[in-house]
Amino acid sequence: MPQHSAHSTPAATRSVKDLRLGESGTICCLEDPEMALKLLEMGCIPGTQVRLNSRAPLGCPITLILGDDDYTLSLRVSEAATILLKA
Amino acid sequence: MARAALITDPNGMAASAVALENLHDSPPRAPRALTRIALIGNPNSGKSSLFNQLTGLNQKVGNFPGVTVDRKTGVSQLTPQHRAEIIDLPGTYSLYPKSLDEKVITDLLYDKVSEQYPDFVVVTVDASNLRRNLLLFTQLADLRLPTVLALNMMDVAGQHGVQIDVAALQQELGVPVIPMNARKGLGVAALKIVMAQQMSAPTVSFYEPEDALLPMIRQIRYYFNLHNDYLALHYAHQFRQINFLTTDDKAYIGELVAQYDFQPTPRQAQETIARYARINDILLNAVTVTRTEKAEPYSNRIDRVLTHKVWGYLIFFGVLFLMFQAVFAWASYPMELIDQGVAWINGLIQTNFHGPLINLFTEGILAGLGGVLIFIPQISLLFAFIAVLEETGYMARVTFMMDRIMRKFGLNGKSVVPLISGVACAVPAIMSARTIENWKDRIITIFVTPLMSCSARIPVYTVLIGLVVPDEPVLGIFNLRGVALMGLYLLGFFAAIFSALALKLLLRTRERSYFIMEFPVYRWPRWKNVGITIVEKVKTFVFQAGKVIVAISVILWVLASYGPGPALEQAEARARATAAQQQLSKTETETRVASQKLEHSYAGVFGRTLEPAIRPLGFDWKIGIALITSFAAREVFVGTISTIYSVGQDADMRTVQQKLAAEKDENGQPFFTPARAFSLLVFYVFAMQCMSTLAVVYRETKGWKWPILQLFYMTGLAYVSSLIVYQVFK
Repeated sequence: MPQHSAHSTPAATRSVKDLRLGESGTICCLEDPEMALKLLEMGCIPGTQVRLNSRAPLGCPITLILGDDDYTLSLRVSEAATILLKA
Repeated sequence: MARAALITDPNGMAASAVALENLHDSPPRAPRALTRIALIGNPNSGKSSLFNQLTGLNQKVGNFPGVTVDRKTGVSQLTPQHRAEIIDLPGTYSLYPKSLDEKVITDLLYDKVSEQYPDFVVVTVDASNLRRNLLLFTQLADLRLPTVLALNMMDVAGQHGVQIDVAALQQELGVPVIPMNARKGLGVAALKIVMAQQMSAPTVSFYEPEDALLPMIRQIRYYFNLHNDYLALHYAHQFRQINFLTTDDKAYIGELVAQYDFQPTPRQAQETIARYARINDILLNAVTVTRTEKAEPYSNRIDRVLTHKVWGYLIFFGVLFLMFQAVFAWASYPMELIDQGVAWINGLIQTNFHGPLINLFTEGILAGLGGVLIFIPQISLLFAFIAVLEETGYMARVTFMMDRIMRKFGLNGKSVVPLISGVACAVPAIMSARTIENWKDRIITIFVTPLMSCSARIPVYTVLIGLVVPDEPVLGIFNLRGVALMGLYLLGFFAAIFSALALKLLLRTRERSYFIMEFPVYRWPRWKNVGITIVEKVKTFVFQAGKVIVAISVILWVLASYGPGPALEQAEARARATAAQQQLSKTETETRVASQKLEHSYAGVFGRTLEPAIRPLGFDWKIGIALITSFAAREVFVGTISTIYSVGQDADMRTVQQKLAAEKDENGQPFFTPARAFSLLVFYVFAMQCMSTLAVVYRETKGWKWPILQLFYMTGLAYVSSLIVYQVFK
């Protein structure tokens, strides 16, 4: 599975993966075109606020709270890494 | 499907398409007796609740043509004069399908000339999360399908401080909007009245394909004689997966797509973003959100316990334990009643009537029927549990907690549901693997699920454990027999996950595995929904698996009652002669005759043919017969054994056990030694002995490759393991 980890992105660009528990950020863009389709449908639209809500007991998957819709999305860390945040 | 190519000149396209716009909006169709209405919406938008409210128990489960996705339909009395057929479509987030389930929707909605094509659609949306839910609606509206919007979960929206101006929303969307709370049934009456009206296609358009795409879109539209541009665009996106297109049709679109260098992925992304922009505008005009000082959502607080690294797993195992208790302990009372009831009816008939047809009826049909009915309590309880776990939203948490672990074994968090359901019956379990989008994860799940010990193995386990494991306490609280039973279940479970691991290493795929899913808020289950699920699953089992089991019982009866040439009559005559010599009582004579007849019947012949192959496992020809019959369905084992050992009519477990315990080998020692019994048990844990499962795997994987591999793999595993067990312990 292709992993878009911190190595391939400049240190300045953070992804949802890098959020600390409870921290929020704003989605800037989606890195992986195919995954982007699914993420967009699920409401991860550039410009939306996203907050890291919880991690599964083994660290992956995680849950995010999106926008002001009170809507919780769960996804794997590798998937979260494709959602880049605005600086 | 043949479609005429009307025109091939791409330059004259734009002008002629305008004329088409109005021409094909409402194509003439023969009037139907019933209005056909499709129910569609995002997962967790309350679609099933609404379907249950509209149709009650008036539901049917069938298949969509060509695929195996359950097609749930029901008839709803909209007004005293007006009835409608409602089709419940699988939950989806958009019209670009990502899973098999979702593909059904596009197959249905693209083919306007199909018999199945709905007259209009009812879209359920979660009012508390309108932005994401309206995405699907805008796509449907752009297909120019007559649409009603069921604005569901108004209560949740209210709690979240979301106020919706329904009139404004209706104005913006251009379709009837009905606010409702389907779980409580509020708004259903209003919806029914609207549904009984004549519907026209929506007038508002939410997305226009870019001008650059129009030449390609118009060519497709003309070629297939489609009623709008957006549908033609969908053809360009998905022509490879559309079932009703011919190879030539697909080749035609393929050429166009290449010619115009059409890139589906970025186009779909652009479309989705454009739609969201439009939806934001709509929501600005129709929705106001007043946030009170926000307390943390209660779901989050519950999650902190239920997905906790210690409590989370403990609670999950507690839930599993309760489920097993229910399936094995609580279900035993109604099962015993059913067992006795069938035996009583059987006895009543046999004492009053005689003849070969009566034998066929009691020993073939009725015995088979009893074997089906006996599973109803377990299936009901299991699906009650699963339905409650799904309804409350807990199942999503289970997949969340298990994903990391399951992934190590080539499975997926979502494989938990099929694996757990496999404990009841592999047939519905394999069907539930459809929610796994990834092909490899899904195939592996399907492949290993039958290794989980299903309820059909219980009778075999019970009889054999009761035979060789003493009824003793272990460590004060457990029972040795219970421990043995648990061991067999664990054996099956470990076989399943290690087989999955092996497959993970063997199978290659470029498709990636997703785990992007909505985390639903916790809710109380609706008992009506739970009840309907139970009824539906029991019906499926009785009518689908039941048919096979009864048919096999009849075949078995024939095999056991008739033999090649005059062998059977000769055997009977010999048995009577010896019995007369030894001056046996009438019952003893009859028992001996039955046993002798079976030995010389077709079933006996098969059993003897098989004996050399299974002798190393410790089995003789009698077990051979039971193995043959079990290949149809495992639960037949006990019935076959009771016939072979001529237990007679009232074949309850204890009688069968006594007969088996009395069975002697050629040296006069008990035949069923622990080594033999455990060898047989291990065989039943692993062997693929279920035609219904093979049939369902064939349907689900669309070919014989996987069911055949499964048959050989599982049976081979069973043979080798039994061989080891018997040779080590004998």
